[in-house]
Parts: sequence; C-alpha cells; structure tokens
Amino acid sequence: MQQLVEELFLAAFDNDFLRQRNDQACLAMPAGRVVMSTDGYVISPLFFPGGDIGSLAVHGTINDVAMAGARPVALSAAFVIEEGLPLADLRRIVESMAAASREAGVPIVTGDTKVVEKGKGDGVFITTTGIGVVPEGVTISGDRARPGDAILISGTMGDHGVAVMSKRENLSFQTDLLSDSAALHGLVAAMVEAVRDLHCLRDPTRGGLASTLNELAVQSGVGMMIREAAIPVRDSVRGACELLGLDPLYVANEGKLIAICAAQDAPRLLAVMRAHPLGRDAAMIGAVVEDPHHFVQMETAFGGTRIVDWLAGEQLPRIC
Amino acid sequence: MKYVDEFRDGEVARGLARAIAAEARPERRYHFMEFCGGHTHAISRYGIEDLLPENVRMIHGPGCPVCVLPIGRIDAAIHLARQPGVILCSYGDMLRVPGSKRTSLLKAKAEGCDIRMVYSTADALRIAQDEPGRQVVFFAIGFETTTPPTAVAIRQARALGLGNFSVFCNHVLTPSAIANILDSPEVRELGLVPLEGFIGPAHVSTVIGSRPYEYFAEEYRRPVVIAGFEPLDVMQAILMLVRQVNQGRHEVENEFSRAVTRDGNHKAQALVAEIFELRRSFEWRGLGVVPYSALRIKNEWAEFDAERRFAVPADSPPDNKACECGAILRGVKKPADCKLFGTACTPETPMGSCMVSAEGACAAHWTYGRFRSKR
Repeated sequence: MQQLVEELFLAAFDNDFLRQRNDQACLAMPAGRVVMSTDGYVISPLFFPGGDIGSLAVHGTINDVAMAGARPVALSAAFVIEEGLPLADLRRIVESMAAASREAGVPIVTGDTKVVEKGKGDGVFITTTGIGVVPEGVTISGDRARPGDAILISGTMGDHGVAVMSKRENLSFQTDLLSDSAALHGLVAAMVEAVRDLHCLRDPTRGGLASTLNELAVQSGVGMMIREAAIPVRDSVRGACELLGLDPLYVANEGKLIAICAAQDAPRLLAVMRAHPLGRDAAMIGAVVEDPHHFVQMETAFGGTRIVDWLAGEQLPRIC
Repeated sequence: MKYVDEFRDGEVARGLARAIAAEARPERRYHFMEFCGGHTHAISRYGIEDLLPENVRMIHGPGCPVCVLPIGRIDAAIHLARQPGVILCSYGDMLRVPGSKRTSLLKAKAEGCDIRMVYSTADALRIAQDEPGRQVVFFAIGFETTTPPTAVAIRQARALGLGNFSVFCNHVLTPSAIANILDSPEVRELGLVPLEGFIGPAHVSTVIGSRPYEYFAEEYRRPVVIAGFEPLDVMQAILMLVRQVNQGRHEVENEFSRAVTRDGNHKAQALVAEIFELRRSFEWRGLGVVPYSALRIKNEWAEFDAERRFAVPADSPPDNKACECGAILRGVKKPADCKLFGTACTPETPMGSCMVSAEGACAAHWTYGRFRSKR
C-alpha cells in the first residue's frame, strides 16, 4: 500500500504540500470568506467519452466551490478501491485526476486511500473536498432569486448524461458525443468580475436543468417560467433521448451552470459568458416569477405550457 | 432534428388549434378518449390541452401497459425474482410499480434480488447466454407492440438451445380493453362517461392494422382516428374527430398513414400466432377480469413459459381502498378526483400504478398539468 501511495498517487499529484509527507496540508489562505464543499463520485462506467471518474471528481468539486462565486484554492481526495481493480485502470484514473487538477490550477493537497474486499465496492469510489475564497462584495446563494430576475445557462444541456449512458453495458449505442465535464471556475471568475451582484449560480448535475431549477425555486420561494425554444440541446442528445424515452432537461451535466441575476445585468452577463470558451452556447432561457407554489413552468415550443417537475428517483425509460 | 421537428411545429399547431376552434360547435361538448399512454404523454408534455377550446376535452384511457397490470402480477414477478439463481429482466418503467405490502421490483433489487433493466428482449437473451448457470426470466409486458419482440426471443431461445431462458407473459390486447370500456355500464347505460370518439393507438396499430377498430366504429357508433404519438398527430386527429362528430359519421380514419395500414404487419401477426394463444381471462387493473384479453404461451413452447417452469402464485390482492386508479383507467374519474393524488400518492411514493409510468394519467397530470387545478 505504501508503495502504491508513493509510486502512483504522490508521483501523479506531486506538489509542495504532498512532498511534506504530513497527515494534513497547511495552507495560507487569502483574505475573504472561505467556502468548502465535498462530493462522492460513484459513476459507472468508470471511463466514458470525454472523461472518467477521476477528472469528474476534480471538476465536480471545483464547480461546487465555484458556484459560490469562489476561487478554488485546494482539493483533498479520498479513494475507496475495490480489490481486483486493474492497476492500469487505477493509474489511468489517477493520472487523469492529476491532469485535471493541474489544468484547473487547483492542487490536490491531501488524501487517503483504502482498499475493500472484492464485491464490497464498484471498482473505485472517490470523494473530493474543495475549499475556496469568495471575492469581496460577492454574495451568491440559492435563496436570492427574485421575481423579475433573468435565468441564464452556460450551454447545451444533457451532454454528460447521454455520453455516459452510451457506454453503459446494457445500452451501448454509437455516438460521437463527449461529456461536457469541465472546471467552471474560470468562467465564474469572468462572470463575477462583470456582474458583482450575481444572485444565484448552480451547476445542473444530477437531475439536470429541471431538478436544479426546482431546487432554486423552492430555496428562493419563487416560481420560474422558462422557454423550451431558448434551451440549447444538441441534436445528438435530443436523438438519444428520443430513442431512450428520456427528457434532456433531466439529464446530468458536468460542465454547465445556471446563473440568475437582475434583468438589467443579464445582457452584460450573457455577453461575458459567450466570450468564454466554456460559455460559447450560453443562453437566456427565462425569468423568475412570483408563484406561491414554487412551480417551474415552461412554454413549450409547441405553444402550450407545462410544469417542469422534480425528478422522482432515477429517470426510467418509457416502454412504448 | 429531422423527421421529428416537422411533427412538433408550433406554427402548424396554432393553425390546427384555430381550425378545431372554428369547427367545434359552441353549443355542444366533445369528449374524446386517447386510448394510449403515448398519446396521454404527448398531450401533457406539449401542453396540447392549452391549445384546445374549452368544449373539447380529452379523457385519458387505459393504454398504459405498466398501469393496467394488477398487483398480483407484480407480486408474482417479485416472487420470481426472489427464487434462488433467478435473474429477472424487466423494462425500466416496471421497476417502480408498487406491488402489495409496499414492495416493488426496485425494492426487491435493493434487498439483493438480481433484477436487470433491459431495453429489449435481445438484452435478456444475451444475459441468458452469458450466464448459463442462472435462470433468466423475462418479465414480458405490453400491448401488441411489445408482443412480437417477445415471440422472436422465444423462437431464438429455442434455436440457441437456451434451457435457462423463460418468459413471464403478461401481454394484453387492445381491442378487448376498448370493448370493455364501451360495454361498461358507465359508458353504455349510465352515461357517466360521455365518450364521442377515440384516438386510436399508434404503435399498436402498426402491428394489428386499422381493421380491428372497424367493429367498434360500427357496433358502438363511435368514430376512431388512429394517430401517431407526435403532438401534431394528436392535434390533427382531434380535428378529424370533431369533423366526424359534426357530420354524424362514425368511421375508422387513419391519421398515422405513414406507418399504419388497414391490415397491419402480417409478419409480426404470424409470429405472435405461432407462439401465443388467447388466455381465457386476465385481470386488468381498473377493468377487472376481462375475458380473452391477454395472451399466454402455447403448449408447444411451454418450456419457455415461466409460469410453468416455476410455481407462480396466482393471488390477486386488492388495490389500496382509497386508490382510484381503476376509475381513472376507465375514464370515470380524473386524477385530481382521487383523495390520494398529490398527498399520499406522488411520483416519489406512488401508491397506484397510474402514478408510476410517465404515461400514466396521474403521473402525467402531476408532472405537466397540476398547476391548472391549483389556479
């Protein structure tokens, strides 16, 4: 085990903190409020087009920290490895994590590794925790959406979920689609620079756009009205969803965000988002409205209105 | 997306809505039943009811294969899944349907039963090939659409010499369900359910053709318009039904002519006839025991019949007393009329089957339409 830690993890994640060989990392934090977030990653399959569990564990937690408007400073990583996981797979995952962390400029400063018996895990589970610092004057929170605010998203919906599904053992279908897995803190920094008074930011991961908008609506005590025609969805995602009987609005994203701001700030915010490589397809998709039921509603492209509800359990495909 | 967007064009929809509003006579009301869950889903998802005039109303029919399966058959499937060495393969939306005592296949899976979600019978066959030491049971459900693939699987299983594959057959027949609704006292005598016409099944009709509906149009004097599952198909069908009612006609018309012929798919029909035969009777949730309304595997193929390979209990536990799924499936009540709707019964914790499948009337109303009743 010691050898594994030395040769694989320390070599891949290498940085000043890890080289000290302590049981903890001692960080000098910049001034400001500190945010902290943690997430466990249990994805199957471990490798998917456009990423793997390792890059996802880095991007996902960086994004959770960034959704407070914060600049991520450091990550921790804990691995639960199932006996029998091929060393080559583990190496690939760790190296992908290291690459993601380096590219994002957020080091993995402390970690832990445990091995469990075969049958007690699903290959590998990874938990990452991130900390970051919020710039002065930024107060982003899920309870700050107000009637009249504009709702924006940073790009196409459903890419990650469909890319992962295309590689599921019992499903596998041909698609050139890649997961959108990406660290969004650079985009967020540009956004808070342009619009200091951003009200809400959240990444629509599990449960997709629909579930995340519902969370925000309930947290803020408001309703929302979005326009189906304004929501960008790739043709390949729409096609796969048609075939499988799924709704792209409920499919997970790993490199997209939802932003809510005052209506007068929206055009400036949209322009900044579109100027960033991770926000090229950004769109304004609707508005926050008053609604005592906290419903998220959608004007369908067809001309009717419907509720865009919470996802109950897993999205299960329809049979006919 | 080509061949999809054309059937979801909002501009065309508004044109059809104007035509329906112009032709529906203000002095009368129109009540049409869409038989299929696929139509129910389209109506809810695209907000079609918003586009209809107030006097044209849709009644959701029983054509959701998940919803019509009685609790006893769910219990039987769970019982099969609990047999040592069994892998139960099921279509996805069956997994959450509640059986008796608050069980479901999903809960059985959590208890350790080996239950696999499959997309097609081919997946189940592959599992049987990959796991020769296990018994693989395919939980076959659905109307005429899903029956031919089950027939193909049984034939392939014999060709491959798969002794570990069997089918728990729950295939049901559309025409018997429609006849049962039209014969019900609520429709026929009491007039509790006004019903001026049907939107006929889409995918089912690709298999059985439009001919089987001619009897209903003739005998019960109700128009039937077979329609595709896209929202414009549904709008067009509604317009065609309004016209038939206005002109006093009761014919079978085919809006879905791009896929449905009068005689249907002979090859699929022959396959089904080779493997299956009529059951003397079958219990439907909501409709009760309906004679000759379902299929079972013929004697010649008995070795692939899970009901003969395993001892399958034949109990029929009743639905929750307060659950109105039965009345809702017959069109007698609306989801919002049920005391459980939105309180004890939600998509998160479904009590009745209509809340489980996205095609179910309750789930569709909950997901897409409940703001209407709160306004």
